[in-house]
Amino acid sequence: MNTVTLGKALNMGLRKAMEDDPKVLLMGEDIGKLGGVFRITDGLQKDFGEDRVIDTPLAESGILGTAVGLAMRGFRPVVEIQFDGFVYPAYDQIVCQVAKLHARSRGRLPMSIVIRIPFGGGIGAVEHHSESPEAYFAHTAGLKVVACSNPVDAYWMIQQAIAHPDPIVFFEPKRRYWEKAELDPDATPEPLFASRLVREGSQVTVLAYGPMVKTALQAASAAEEEGISVEVLDLRTVSPLDMGPVLDSVRRTGRCVVVHEAPSNLGLGAELSARITEACFYDLEAPVLRVGGYDTPYPPSKLEEDYLPDLDRVLEAVDRSLAF
Amino acid sequence: MGGRRAEETTLSEVSELAEQEFEANPFGPHHDPVGSDPIKGAEQNPTDQPELVQLLTPEGERVEHPDYAIDLSAEELQALYRDLALVRRIDVEATALQRQGELGIWASLLGQEAAQIGAGRALQPDDMAFPTYREHGVAWCRGIDPMSIIGLFRGVDSGAWDPIETKFNLYTIVIGAQTLHAVGYAMGMQRDGGQGACLAFFGDGATSQGDVNEAFIFAAVFDAPVVFFCQNNQYAISEPIEKQTRIPLYRRASGFGFPGIRVDGNDVLAVLAVTRRAMEAARSGQGPTLIEAYTYRMGAHTTSDDPSRYRLASEMEAWKLKDPNERLKAYLVRSGQADAAFFEAIEAESDELAARIRKATVEMPDPEPASMFDNTYAEITPELAEQRDTFLAYQAGFSDEASHA
Repeated sequence: MNTVTLGKALNMGLRKAMEDDPKVLLMGEDIGKLGGVFRITDGLQKDFGEDRVIDTPLAESGILGTAVGLAMRGFRPVVEIQFDGFVYPAYDQIVCQVAKLHARSRGRLPMSIVIRIPFGGGIGAVEHHSESPEAYFAHTAGLKVVACSNPVDAYWMIQQAIAHPDPIVFFEPKRRYWEKAELDPDATPEPLFASRLVREGSQVTVLAYGPMVKTALQAASAAEEEGISVEVLDLRTVSPLDMGPVLDSVRRTGRCVVVHEAPSNLGLGAELSARITEACFYDLEAPVLRVGGYDTPYPPSKLEEDYLPDLDRVLEAVDRSLAF
Repeated sequence: MGGRRAEETTLSEVSELAEQEFEANPFGPHHDPVGSDPIKGAEQNPTDQPELVQLLTPEGERVEHPDYAIDLSAEELQALYRDLALVRRIDVEATALQRQGELGIWASLLGQEAAQIGAGRALQPDDMAFPTYREHGVAWCRGIDPMSIIGLFRGVDSGAWDPIETKFNLYTIVIGAQTLHAVGYAMGMQRDGGQGACLAFFGDGATSQGDVNEAFIFAAVFDAPVVFFCQNNQYAISEPIEKQTRIPLYRRASGFGFPGIRVDGNDVLAVLAVTRRAMEAARSGQGPTLIEAYTYRMGAHTTSDDPSRYRLASEMEAWKLKDPNERLKAYLVRSGQADAAFFEAIEAESDELAARIRKATVEMPDPEPASMFDNTYAEITPELAEQRDTFLAYQAGFSDEASHA
């Protein structure tokens, strides 16, 4: 057992994956000597060499396009996109090639690529450094999308993602990189594509993933002080969704609030709301409510506290649900 | 057409210039480092024809080149002619099948046979080719059944060949995307001790794409074993080469730090010689080369296109005089390396091939509807399996209705 930050847990997970499989390669901008702008790959180039921890030219489409060729050759590239808002130059390669080559080749071309993206806001950054683009990728057949929320998951999920045969967009909650937890590397991990009940409650189900899990838990604690029992699920997998635990919970509570930083319009909340409504319409006491970013460009950082869902906005939605 | 320097320059003048250049650039005078070539240095218009490597004139006369010798037996020359003739026949037949409604669309290679066969026959077993959607000739050289390609254009699949086994990637329709895949695959070869090199195909239009330029950068920086093979067929659908570049395309390479060369794309011998040299350089650790195969798309972009709206018939007539198949035929006849019986036999083989293609196309079964769910992922996800089952139940409803009618 040791106490590690989420960032360190990712670093340890990457190291373990590289030790376990010589075909695992890391690619990205500034990931070598610098160890990445968030230091997630710190020390890995020193230990595994420049051929396995590759500082690439500054070209995201080039990174993904060459990762495709390496995957065809049997490698398992793990690509770092420096910030969420910089993934778009690679969007064509991800959506048209990474996502579709397995189907196009009728399963003959392996496409084991992990695309790591630090996402979300709350760090006082300039434009393009605080976005939550997960819905773009969840909408694309052929990709899988996951988001870790804590150090223990970060350690296991990155290894599971790398070992998985399908391409995975792996979202890392950048404002939680410095959160700490006890990590037991000998524990048995949960499956990658499984959502998890993180706090039991009886009156309202709150669904969250990535950085919003902590916010949801804080809201649940605050609600408890007011005598309201909130259940919190960490979705962990955004595509495919693991609806079983979600529906079990909503059938019990009859109320659901979905929380994410991404804009609400056509975000994950919309899909979850539709699926919950289709599956357990008669169990619902209130419509599924969404707490998300507003449908604006991510604002200048002096306004981000107003833009981002926080404890109070989650509680406000919980109250609205209960009052319905 | 602008200046025709190469054709105006006599052979001895070319050799003299080549000698002068050799010391400065031992890789060859046509591997053009930054502005070192006084002839090419003056070129400003992309349609100008700077010196290009040619071993067979449009009239079928064999000429020598100081850097690119080739010595083929009569049998080898005959085999090249057979390739050219058969891929043209596949193309003509597929175009006809589209006109008759049997194919959704067809991308014709007419006029580019020599560029593709010359490049395709330079490939060795360990090499990997990355085509666009027009490299039917290269596919032929890789031993791929034409029906595997025709199925794609009929709409039954996305290409039925095994890209790993054939060392010929699936067709890529997004312009230029495959050049990065080729570079990545080549980087893989560097890392796992592979003996081959990659040959990345693209067209003149693709050279404007960011991906192609990023592929050049990655290949140069990592010294990847890859050859970029650009078929400049003068048009990106309707847009002439002037809309893509202000300089001859092969000269782009110097800005990225590797050699570029222009070859007569309608001369199968020159293309073979140039591609062989570049691939050997890549295999032996000398990094990438850009080859610009200067050719002409004699047909439409695809069967949905109408070239009469954007180019003159006279231009087509001028290029017909440079027909890649006819010039090798003229050479074979003139040099007595093939007789009438040989050409008759090729004609008969073409007819058989066309008949087989026609029959197999009309008999090609449609895919099973539920197969669209297959291979989206390595293993179907529970939610997708649910969607498939719903689809199957919905489909089954119709057959129940039919049986109860």
